[in-house]
Amino acid sequence: MKEVVIAGVGQTPVGEHYDISLRELAYKAVEAARADAGGLHPQALYVGNMLAATLSRQGHLGTLIADFCGMTGIEASAIEGAGASGGLALRMGYLAVASGAVDTAIVVGVEKLTDQTVSNVNAAIATTTDADYEAEQGLTLTALAALLMRRYMHEFDVPQGAFGGFPITAHANGATNPNAMYQRAINPDAYLKAGMVSDPLNMFDIAPNADGAAVILLTRPEILPSKFSHPLVQITGSSVATDTLALHDRPQPLSLHAARVSIESACQQAGVSVGDIDLFELYDAYSIYPPLILEAAGLAEAGQGWQWAQNGQISLQGELPVATFGGLKARGNPGGATGVYQIVEAALQLRSQAGKNQVLDAKTALVQSLGGAASTAVTHVLQTNN
Amino acid sequence: MDIPRHWRLRKQRYALVGEVCDNCDAKLFPPRDICPDCGEEAKTLYSFSGHGEVYSYTTVYDPPVGFEESAPYTVAIVKLDEGPLVTAQLTDLEEKEVEIGMPVEMVTRKLRSATDERGMLVYGYKFRPILNASLV
Amino acid sequence: MSDPNSKLLTPQNPVGIVGYGAYVPRYRLPASEVSRVWTDSMGATPIKEKSVPGLDEDVATMSIEAARNALLRAEIAPTEIRAVWVGSESHPYAVKPTSTIVAEAIGAVPNTQAADWEFACKAGTEAMVAAMGLVGSGMAGYAMAIGMDTAQGRPGDALEYTAAAGGAAFIIGPEDDSLAVIESTYSFVTDTPDFWRRAYQKYPEHGHRFTGEPAYFKHIASAGLAFLEMTETTPEDYAYIVLHQPNAKFPQRAAAKLGFEPEQVKTGLLVSEIGNTYSGAAIIGLTAILDEAQPEDKILLISFGSGAGSDAMALRVTESIEKRRHLAPKVRDYISRRTEVDYATYVRMRGKLVMK
Repeated sequence: MKEVVIAGVGQTPVGEHYDISLRELAYKAVEAARADAGGLHPQALYVGNMLAATLSRQGHLGTLIADFCGMTGIEASAIEGAGASGGLALRMGYLAVASGAVDTAIVVGVEKLTDQTVSNVNAAIATTTDADYEAEQGLTLTALAALLMRRYMHEFDVPQGAFGGFPITAHANGATNPNAMYQRAINPDAYLKAGMVSDPLNMFDIAPNADGAAVILLTRPEILPSKFSHPLVQITGSSVATDTLALHDRPQPLSLHAARVSIESACQQAGVSVGDIDLFELYDAYSIYPPLILEAAGLAEAGQGWQWAQNGQISLQGELPVATFGGLKARGNPGGATGVYQIVEAALQLRSQAGKNQVLDAKTALVQSLGGAASTAVTHVLQTNN
Repeated sequence: MDIPRHWRLRKQRYALVGEVCDNCDAKLFPPRDICPDCGEEAKTLYSFSGHGEVYSYTTVYDPPVGFEESAPYTVAIVKLDEGPLVTAQLTDLEEKEVEIGMPVEMVTRKLRSATDERGMLVYGYKFRPILNASLV
Repeated sequence: MSDPNSKLLTPQNPVGIVGYGAYVPRYRLPASEVSRVWTDSMGATPIKEKSVPGLDEDVATMSIEAARNALLRAEIAPTEIRAVWVGSESHPYAVKPTSTIVAEAIGAVPNTQAADWEFACKAGTEAMVAAMGLVGSGMAGYAMAIGMDTAQGRPGDALEYTAAAGGAAFIIGPEDDSLAVIESTYSFVTDTPDFWRRAYQKYPEHGHRFTGEPAYFKHIASAGLAFLEMTETTPEDYAYIVLHQPNAKFPQRAAAKLGFEPEQVKTGLLVSEIGNTYSGAAIIGLTAILDEAQPEDKILLISFGSGAGSDAMALRVTESIEKRRHLAPKVRDYISRRTEVDYATYVRMRGKLVMK
């Protein structure tokens, strides 16, 4: 495999972009990433998207975005894996460049979750669960997370407020991210008083569905001029793993098998251990996932992951900063674009371009996107030699 | 109207008909044809007793389209006596505080209208607190 | 014993009830709630309270549960059933059988008759008589007859106090397998428009006091008196009588006119507690009796369906009742499972809330 570096990144603010269409949203991020990469021209385009066919009545996204962004003629395709779609698109771009099949690939994560009313959006997102055996019972992705959280609290005797540290940290970081949907910190008291949505999940335990686009340009270092405009971040580990689609089909629902396997594999490829990680962009669409992911990563025993959020260990200055630009919770969760946002954010950290959100001396980042109830897990390790 | 999609599942939906692995005797619901325990083919039909206990539960106040009429509703993972976990709504719950471990039994209820009042009715399994514990 | 010229219908081969099952939903609307909303709580109410189906219940789901209870008591394989007949005036579909849903759910498909019956409140007993014929002729080993309703009553109408949800399922089979033998049956039918629901209408219309003497009382009495005469029995021969019960008064008065004592009426009289379950009303009363009756007890059942007609039949309880009645929930298990709802919740549950 050849060395793969990030030549450019771009993103739009995450939010309710009622006046911007799916293609325009993608174009804004593509334009930014290509400028960041010094006008580098890709030979292949990979789009990560979850629900455009349902919510925007638009399929065939690879060609649409190549066409609209003035790249007609190049290889293009779209990849779907629920909330992990963006991560999967990056994986495709990585494989294309690492294999030598193309010199430069562009990875676009784009999602519009505000084109329809809430009950339609809920139903569309529920199609990422098992349609015949979960969604048909009225289960939503939110309810799925609530089922996990309730069971976790029951098995490990964890109090209701234990999860608050994750959204509180995310909001603190989102407050200084100009692209975040929520740029406002919340305090522990507000968390405890928040209205219940699907018990035990309250409104601060749930990331907002939103619109957004993020783009990565991947290439090999030798393609770039020797004096490039910004430090290069290398992808040193890339792994995808799957679990059962339905949560109820797992022997141990609280053990995120795919998340664990993909972290182990990505770290092994990079030659790092999770203890070497300087920051972790993880899936915090619901507050139950960060503790489960930290446990899957081997950073905590089963039932102990929530304690990471108790003493500032996951803050920007902590032992293992997570959600450094606000995570899904405060930056917002634009579905299939989220995985690419996470990579953009980790790249900015490793380039020391994270501004007020900078993690000091960040050299190695772990980035993981999950689809459904961690049914698909995509993990990348990013490193820099600066 | 997605008629065939519902129709082909009617036996499983109405009466919890799953599968049993001829090789290791694992009981499978939902049916999945390959035994997750031993990896052998498992296509022999098996009727579950419908008895189990609540493994986890939550309430949906913000329903997806198609479920608005019944919101708020309680959805649970139920651990069936024969082993498998199954996702299903709990029904007939009033005045009964649900808790993990609560024994439940399967009933066949209306899941929803497939589209609107003109559409086909979708029936399927739900679970309720045991009606008469002496019969279990 | 079978005589094609006799008005009394007696099967060629003796038949009986092999299994029975009741169903009543858990919600109750007190009659006082209806009068609170519609009459300033003035005047008497015809019953105490009525059962109300849950949001996820209809005649198909309720029939499935009653049918499963009947199967538990019958201790036969569902594949031995050759007919699944559901009588109701609230079938979920205008066109598409309820009975195939029930047959599929209980595992009786595909080698079975299946059809829906409608004769106002006597569709259930009509299906029972047909099942007697199918089994009694030797054409089938077992046949299932169900009477079940989620009864309709226009908001504010007298029927709204009583129109309730519930019913029962019976598996008719050979005499030697029966927990109650059905000896014979007689039907009395005329064209009497006391109550109806026109096509596409949500709620039924009725003739107010016309539903009493010329309809309910006339048909029940005619069927009952003729049946007693033809069978050469008297009220004293019966431990129990159960009649169609649109309210608490009518069946008590009709039973008294036939010469029965209140003691014989009370076990099968459920209307005050669950309301008028239309196609299910007389036969769910029968399940309450079967839940308690002793071997050799005789039961007289007379249904009434508007339009109008009555089916009378006599049952003789056998030894096997004592073992079988405990194999499934009794109707009292359902009645005691009770959640009271107010009128607003009832309006939502019954789809009476105008949404567009």
